[in-house]
Amino acid sequence: MPSGESGDRRLGIVGAGRVGTTIARAAIEAGYDVAISGSGAADRIALIVEVLAPGARPLSTDEVVRHADLIVLAVPMHRFRELPRDLFAGKILIDAMNYWEEIDGVDPELASAPAGTSVVVQQRFQSARVVKSLNHITYYKFDEGRLPHGAPGRIAMAAIGDDRAAVAAVMQLIDRLGFDAVDAGPLDAGLALEPNGPVFGVSYSADELSALFSPAASSA
Amino acid sequence: MTTPELELGLDTFGYITVDESGQPLPPDVVIRNYVEEAVLADSVGIDSFNIGEHYRPDFMDSAAHVMLAAIAGRTKRIRLGTAVTVLSTQDPVRVYTNFATLDAVSNGRAQLVVGRGSLTESFPLFGFDLADYEELFEEKLDLLTRLLRDQPVTWSGKFRSPLVNQYVTPALPKGHLPTWVGVGGSPQSVVRAARYGLPLMLAVIGGPPGRFAPLVELYKRALDAYGHKPLPIGMHSHGYVARTDEEAVAIQWPYWEETFEQAARERGWASPTMARFQAERASGSLYIGSPETVATKIASMMRLLGLSRFDLAYATGRVPHKQRLATIELYGREVIPRVRELLADHRVPPISSSYASAGVAAQPHA
Repeated sequence: MPSGESGDRRLGIVGAGRVGTTIARAAIEAGYDVAISGSGAADRIALIVEVLAPGARPLSTDEVVRHADLIVLAVPMHRFRELPRDLFAGKILIDAMNYWEEIDGVDPELASAPAGTSVVVQQRFQSARVVKSLNHITYYKFDEGRLPHGAPGRIAMAAIGDDRAAVAAVMQLIDRLGFDAVDAGPLDAGLALEPNGPVFGVSYSADELSALFSPAASSA
Repeated sequence: MTTPELELGLDTFGYITVDESGQPLPPDVVIRNYVEEAVLADSVGIDSFNIGEHYRPDFMDSAAHVMLAAIAGRTKRIRLGTAVTVLSTQDPVRVYTNFATLDAVSNGRAQLVVGRGSLTESFPLFGFDLADYEELFEEKLDLLTRLLRDQPVTWSGKFRSPLVNQYVTPALPKGHLPTWVGVGGSPQSVVRAARYGLPLMLAVIGGPPGRFAPLVELYKRALDAYGHKPLPIGMHSHGYVARTDEEAVAIQWPYWEETFEQAARERGWASPTMARFQAERASGSLYIGSPETVATKIASMMRLLGLSRFDLAYATGRVPHKQRLATIELYGREVIPRVRELLADHRVPPISSSYASAGVAAQPHA
């Protein structure tokens, strides 16, 4: 294992909808020990997890957070404020949510977030190390676009965050899941990964994705 | 061996269409044209005609039941339904009265697909809060299924006044008004459909349909877990049929492009490209081509996912009336017979098993 890589393969996922179960499936395949929660008691999602992400463990949200240092937040965006502010203290929190006015309703704070919605998420969970990632490709690309490290045609995924060690950990997760990881800068660059941004819903290679975040691109 | 009992239908959202010079037609003309299209669908052997529910300047399907009643008066055989009724923002009592009445005037041909809807403009329009999205659907589905199955109804909920020992007229004969739950891919919605013992309609508008296989498995497992018998599963996808593949692409592409360009702007999706359009035709969720191309693809997807029903959302976007009629004719006369032939040995729950749970006892006369 190269230096700095973590052998820890535990992942927690909060949210058992289509995004959460898709990420769980990919992580199980990548050898992760995955715990996942939905809203309410674990037995409410037991069948969903058994069928859609076999091998993952349905638990309560508190148990999922205790399970791992790396947590994916994949609940509908309009519900993230229902979670306690200190729930993710010290954790690396991957914000995989997207704000859709069509689904989430008009949320003035999110709709007008000048530096992207992950900044709002970080303000909510101040003690968490928020990294924006896993949100910008469709969930079926997530299922079908995974390729081993070094394979030609591998799709890239961006990680954006202020805590550089947290970004590095998420990049390692991205690579293990089957995508090329691109460090795309600080959290306030997050708008680029959101709906209507240049990256959202498009499958780029690592070179193409990096170019979008190069100094030349941002000054253009 | 008996022929499997399948349903091959058409869905429309009532797009504003253009005339042959490319000018948009007035809404009333558009609406009457859809009635004509449904009449043709009946005469060429299509099993059902289903209308959506939107409140947008480009869609004229804001009152499906009125259009369906007009169609009922001019047809004999075709089933008349929705695709989908946005139950979250309707009063289930009114949905019941509208569609039980449609069932009566059409001599038992009414059906429903109810869902949360994918476009949510009806929430502000009718004074509902999108934050209640989940709760609204759950509560309204609960009331609707009680009205359909178990009158008189005593019921209370959060979003409307309670009902006490209430009969709602007209009563439905046993087995009438089959009601499906439309889902877009949410596992929770799939489990809910199973919990209520209602047949499942998958809306698949992009990507390889095979990715829905795990949700089909989830639905079957959940039906079993809730003690229900196997129920039919259907799928709704976009398509266009012409004489040849080339002609179908040439007619549909420009309208598909402008429709999805608009969706891309509104919803933050990537812009449509010809490459994506062709990829969707080849291995994704567009059923565009000659009758043989489309029939082969429908049959293979129905086999792959174990479907009893397929609804073609025909002619996406502003495709003119005349070309809509042409695609309906080919779908009814050539695609459907070919699909039935290809699926002669297809073993799935028959469509009639979706009727079993419907129907209520009539109110005793005073």
